[in-house]
Amino acid sequence: MNRLTVSPSPHVHSGDSVKKNMYGVIIALVPALAASLYYFGLGAAIVTITAVLSCVFFEWAIQKFLLKTEATIMDGSAALTGLLLAFNMPSNLPIWIIIIGSLVAIGIGKMSFGGLGNNPFNPALVGRIFLLISFPVQMTLWPKPIASQAHYLDAETGATPLSIMKEGLANGESVSSLMNHVDMPSIRELFFGLSGGSAGEVAAAALLIGLIFMLIRKIITWHIPVAVIGSIAVFTGILNLVSPEQFAGPLFHLLTGGVMLGAIFMATDYVSSPMANKGMIIYGIGIGVITVVIRVFGAYPEGVSFAILIMNGFVPLIDKYVKPKRFGEVAKPAKA
Amino acid sequence: MLKTFSLGGVHPAENKFSAGQKIEILPVPEQVSVPIAQHIGAPSEPVVNKGDEVKVGQLIAKSTGFVSANIHSPVSGKVFKIDEVLDASGYKRKAIIIKTEGDEWDESIDRSEDLVTEITATPEEIVKKVGEAGIVGLGGATFPAHVKLSVPPGKKCEVLILNGVECEPYLTADHQLMMEKGDEMMVGTQILMKALKVDKAIIGIENNKPDAIKHMKDLASKYEGISIQPLKVQYPQGGEKQLIDACIQRQIPSGKLPIEVGAVVQNVGTTVAVYEAIQKNKPLFERVVTVTGKSVSKPSNFMTRVGTPLNQLIEAAGGLPEDTGKVIGGGPMMGKALSSTEVPITKGSSGVLIMPDKIAKRPKMEACIRCSKCVTVCPMGLSPYLLSTVSDKAIWDRAEEEKIMDCIECGSCSYTCPAGRPLLDYIRLGKGNVGRIMRSRTK
Amino acid sequence: MNVVLITIISLGVLGALAAIILYFVAQKFKVFEDPRIDQVEEALPAANCGGCGFPGCRAFAEAMVKADDISDLNCPVGGADTMSATAAILGKEVAAADPMVAVVRCNGTCENRPRITEYDGATSCTIASSLYGGDTGCSNGCLGLGECVDACDFNAMYMDEKTGLPVIIEDNCVSCGACVTACPKDIIELRKKGPKSRRIFVSCINTDKGGAAKKACSAACIGCKKCQKICPFDAIEVENNLAYIDYNKCKLCRKCVAECPTNAIHMVNFPPPKPKVEKPVEEKAE
Repeated sequence: MNRLTVSPSPHVHSGDSVKKNMYGVIIALVPALAASLYYFGLGAAIVTITAVLSCVFFEWAIQKFLLKTEATIMDGSAALTGLLLAFNMPSNLPIWIIIIGSLVAIGIGKMSFGGLGNNPFNPALVGRIFLLISFPVQMTLWPKPIASQAHYLDAETGATPLSIMKEGLANGESVSSLMNHVDMPSIRELFFGLSGGSAGEVAAAALLIGLIFMLIRKIITWHIPVAVIGSIAVFTGILNLVSPEQFAGPLFHLLTGGVMLGAIFMATDYVSSPMANKGMIIYGIGIGVITVVIRVFGAYPEGVSFAILIMNGFVPLIDKYVKPKRFGEVAKPAKA
Repeated sequence: MLKTFSLGGVHPAENKFSAGQKIEILPVPEQVSVPIAQHIGAPSEPVVNKGDEVKVGQLIAKSTGFVSANIHSPVSGKVFKIDEVLDASGYKRKAIIIKTEGDEWDESIDRSEDLVTEITATPEEIVKKVGEAGIVGLGGATFPAHVKLSVPPGKKCEVLILNGVECEPYLTADHQLMMEKGDEMMVGTQILMKALKVDKAIIGIENNKPDAIKHMKDLASKYEGISIQPLKVQYPQGGEKQLIDACIQRQIPSGKLPIEVGAVVQNVGTTVAVYEAIQKNKPLFERVVTVTGKSVSKPSNFMTRVGTPLNQLIEAAGGLPEDTGKVIGGGPMMGKALSSTEVPITKGSSGVLIMPDKIAKRPKMEACIRCSKCVTVCPMGLSPYLLSTVSDKAIWDRAEEEKIMDCIECGSCSYTCPAGRPLLDYIRLGKGNVGRIMRSRTK
Repeated sequence: MNVVLITIISLGVLGALAAIILYFVAQKFKVFEDPRIDQVEEALPAANCGGCGFPGCRAFAEAMVKADDISDLNCPVGGADTMSATAAILGKEVAAADPMVAVVRCNGTCENRPRITEYDGATSCTIASSLYGGDTGCSNGCLGLGECVDACDFNAMYMDEKTGLPVIIEDNCVSCGACVTACPKDIIELRKKGPKSRRIFVSCINTDKGGAAKKACSAACIGCKKCQKICPFDAIEVENNLAYIDYNKCKLCRKCVAECPTNAIHMVNFPPPKPKVEKPVEEKAE
């Protein structure tokens, strides 16, 4: 007979694993990846492959040579960081910049804090923001969709809807005239991703499919995406009602830039988001509000990445003060 | 929508292999070891000595306090010795070992099968008798039943809730008991209602037992004040606090007892024991035990005498499978892994679960990825990840602040954790330490 | 020019104002503290191990300064030197305490004590011991999960992978007692270090009856009382099937070591010059 195993209860496990969750998110990103390959073709492929491979390599190298710990690259978290980093970059970014971004994302954003589970900030965003500040020109040259299918560095570039809006409004033009601007895609085109922008952020439809997949597989809960999207919609809606010619409407804001990618995939990063449902909603609203403030009143046309990083910083505080609702905390009055 | 509790919960694979297996009466073993500590509270004091002749149902160990229980001989024969025996606690503890001779029952026990529905005992007599018969909660917690029936002054019981949920996967003892001893259960319920002076009783049954729900509903229509509440299949539906929440939508405040919200909860098996004690004068010395597991050739439900060694039940269920990796006393979520198959059955043994080697081991532990799934599933609304960390780091004041004592140890957090972290192991450690600190403070 | 002047003056005034306020606040809230506390603390090892029974060296220093009689106070880390130095600061006398050392009283190595179950829970002796008696037949013995090693702040312990038991590095051990507190089985004991670090102890705490103990572990004390009978100094007492040697009475004659049928009595640092003698040696007492 075998020796009996003795362990404390419970004696069964759900079979869930870190790997399953990480690969689940990667699967959820497949529609968006397909969309980015369709719109940006060669460039998107090169950026994605470079970012994923270099992130995985850096994690492996740091664990092997610096930390001398067991390599955990197979859990999929490094590949996921790479994929998200690629989605947050223009598809005509030179390879060397992508590699620097990956090194910052993995080396500074993740491993310097102790690896998976300990990073206070979303590593992909750390990489992205680092690049945005270090290489502002390269990071804001956006290839035109479809037209750049067969191009990489030589892709024809154009403005993003957000920058058209930002510059137009600064020049005193009205929202309605800007919405009819030659280069401005229609709301429908925005929904399906026919607009300039980072490789993976343009196709809202594809990202929403990913959200539905993750909700069904219970990889994430609805709280963060709904809070981010809802608060942006409400906030921009109010501004739009107050002065329709000065502030663009909620649909425009939701479908442009990184809102969908941010709300669905970046803000919901397990490690850098709060634990309690209530906290998640506060965190989501914070991201939404900061995003709109940066977009409408700030210097940058886009603010999702900054908003998420700022709120990442608040997570420990939120976790300390916002606790899940405890059983019996508010004893209900007798009804029976 | 079926009723269920408000927060958290998980749904492990049910694996009720022994469902529908008629209760078999296990032959009386040649020797029994009856531990003197098989209930919550003070261990009992043996009242027999080596060499004494005992009959079935004779008192062999006396309760030593209010929260304690009498123990009666499960067999007739001679007391062989009083010695230390390895029991389900994993340690050697004092037990009365009796060598069986024949099967001679105490004359006062009514052994007929007739159903006695007329309740002549007064409420006080019932409570006293339940205490004398050594009845403890048969769901597994083994809390002495008479303590729960003694409503403290100033409190009023409004409703009796009976736990027929059996939310633990694999186990079917209560299910089978409801199917076969439904009438006894109804009378037992009436007795408890009389003792508690309530006119309402709710029997909560999980929806994965439609036959039991139907059968009990049919029976309940014949008795006044008893209703059946089908409940969603969700673990830990059978937790006392969760069951009250699900049945009457009242949440027990932190650190309080069910009576605070006017409820008393008993297991359905306990009602049968109460029926037998009051109407048949039969103390508690046998119970239904499920023997089951993926590789067990004949998963069964046995009526077993207390003190029977485990391997005798396993033999009767087709023997210990080749690939056995773990033997658990109770269900897979809250049961206790046993270090030997020789430990005796006690009043609290609801099942024996034999797990194959493949699934006996825990998954590999990884770093916490803060996925918050443990928070989502916690039925008490706690933060298991945090409690486990502060317990590991011995930050006891923080653990107390985070209400570690509210944890019901259901195991949903460890069950769910994708990183395979032993959350409950550390929380239990923390509970032990915080409890000790809190007790020393009140002294 | 004007701007610079204004800046310098205004900042200067602000600074002076702040200094004056701080001075008066410091005067008002000054707490008198015996300067000797600082001196005593200086003389202590600053390990903050808690071995003295106080939360840290400072608290111990305070207690020393306050106490009239310091004979109950002892810093096990610093030993006699530190204690006489601190006593000198306070102008008091202190009796030299015997140096102590932690001793692991279990010899249930993998060979001596076969594993009969497998533990698969969190790596913590406390959790394992609350679950069951352990993965061997002995419910008193070492669980081998190293909680004592984790508790040691002085790098004086390690787990021997071969035996599965903790080993104490005598030279590093300061007898702070952290491991003693950490062990849920009370296996580790602080014992007198002994002359030339020589000492004899029963390396077992199993209280089972002889047969059961022997079955669980071939190196267990079976409570046969042979050692008790042979001991010329009444230093050995057998209680609950377990022998215990009183280190204050033991004269290190080693008769018991040879007598023990299960080699449960260990002696350390005796000649022939080996760093650690595991087996009893056939040799008369000195």
